[in-house]
Amino acid sequence: MKILVAVKRVVDANVKVRVKADGSGVETANVKMAMNPFCEIAVEEAIRLREAGKATEVIAVSCGPAACQETIRTALAMGADRGIHVQTDADLQPLAVAKLLRAVVAKEQPPLVIVGKQAVDDDCNQTGQMLAALLGWAQATFASKIVPGDGTIEVTREVDAGLETVRIKMPAVITTDLRLNEPRYASLPNIMKAKKKPIEALTPEQLGVDPAPRLKTIKIVEPPKRKTGVLVKSVAELVDKLRNEAKVI
Amino acid sequence: MSILVLAENDNATCKPATANAVTAALAMGADVHVLVAGQACRPAAEAAAKIAGVAKVLLADDAAYAHRLTENLAALVVKLAPGYSHLVAAATSCGKSVMPRAAALLDVAQVSDISAVEGPDTFVRSVYAGNALATVQATDKIKVVTVRVAAFEAAGEGGSAPIEVTAGAGDTGLSSFVGQALSRSERPELTSARIVVSGGRGMQSGDNFPLLEKIADKLGGAVGASRAAVDAGFVPNEYQVGQTGKIVAPDLYIAVGISGAIQHLAGMKDSKVIVAINKDEEAPIFQVADYGLVADLFQAVPELDAELAKRS
Repeated sequence: MKILVAVKRVVDANVKVRVKADGSGVETANVKMAMNPFCEIAVEEAIRLREAGKATEVIAVSCGPAACQETIRTALAMGADRGIHVQTDADLQPLAVAKLLRAVVAKEQPPLVIVGKQAVDDDCNQTGQMLAALLGWAQATFASKIVPGDGTIEVTREVDAGLETVRIKMPAVITTDLRLNEPRYASLPNIMKAKKKPIEALTPEQLGVDPAPRLKTIKIVEPPKRKTGVLVKSVAELVDKLRNEAKVI
Repeated sequence: MSILVLAENDNATCKPATANAVTAALAMGADVHVLVAGQACRPAAEAAAKIAGVAKVLLADDAAYAHRLTENLAALVVKLAPGYSHLVAAATSCGKSVMPRAAALLDVAQVSDISAVEGPDTFVRSVYAGNALATVQATDKIKVVTVRVAAFEAAGEGGSAPIEVTAGAGDTGLSSFVGQALSRSERPELTSARIVVSGGRGMQSGDNFPLLEKIADKLGGAVGASRAAVDAGFVPNEYQVGQTGKIVAPDLYIAVGISGAIQHLAGMKDSKVIVAINKDEEAPIFQVADYGLVADLFQAVPELDAELAKRS
């Protein structure tokens, strides 16, 4: 079977972003960009399923500006077979991305789509669920274990109180959580090989999707700063402060 | 138009997060209905009816909702949607799974994990691991919203809303429940605990977490962990506090052996009082701490335990 994975280009998770003074957004010029960590986990899982003989082809899709091709190349260097880039400079929100992915799914007909549970820039945690809804497919979010069966997949999910296992019918959409796997680093030979792998270019117009945002961003500001704290010298002093100054214990 | 809140329930009880979601919903305007979906879940519906401010409880009792399978719940929410201006749920693992699916089925946007309500269609939410706060306005006819539990006080008790039985939306047949392995703990839930004691990579092993459990139990608190501690396998994922784990804002947060990575700070920096115990005085956690103690945790934590025992 084919597996489609969606990959998002985001500000590197280790970068502390700065809010623009005019409140219009965060500074992304000259900031290190990377593949969203949960998308790396999605790519890794798809490759492992192929390596285990459960899948035949892994296709990495990214939606967004020209630079998203770098993110697709990263997926290809990890081991994905080919890429699809839906190029647009529009401000893409999860519903629009889900619609673009639905159109790509209609073209490619994969029985399984794996995406990250959440992008670390907008922190939305929506796209996989929305894609499953638009396709009328089953979904399993926050996967920590995926066991493909015959026409079904058993997925262990990270839920608030522990773990839950569900059996979903294929075709299906799965979103990845942290403990699903540890993504590999791309080796230099594989990075070189990835340069020759094909990336198909598409546009929202070709896919018949209107990517216009539905949420209007009024402003983006810095969170309130915490007041500077103090260093205490001993545990006794700490307990005294908590009891008599902060009065929290 | 009314507002529908999807209750977090386990058939027998209505989870505390529901009351926080109700508070957020009441701030959006109109009267608030709560949907309790489950199997043999009347006890949960009766609990929901007692939440102050709730005008009506809808009870959907059907085998399809016994384990709150996402596809079935989303179909139910969509079936009920035409009578509502807002569909609201706590940003729990259930709410986060169901609401985006329901929104897409309705062809509307969803607003995730809001921390403030500015108006009926305008909400504040954190982005970039809490390093920025976005104010967003939903332009669709139906607003679908998930609520950051730690950012809203729980609505009190004292209500006596009528319970109305509503028909289910059937079983989509897309998924089935296989089993669950839930942590059993007598401690309060992480997201609603008044005090949280968390451990990081500095704990060195899961075997050392009982040190923190003793402190938590003395203070009536919950135990949490950083992503590094979860990644290292010290404790299960449900302990994780952070951008992609649980978001908490207790009165007191004690971070032990936690360096303070951006993604961890995102999950706890709205706590009222933060204590950091770390032997590395350069650790970023000290920048958000109200009280910092530069010390070896394996000395400081037992000492803290003894000190708390003295006068409590």
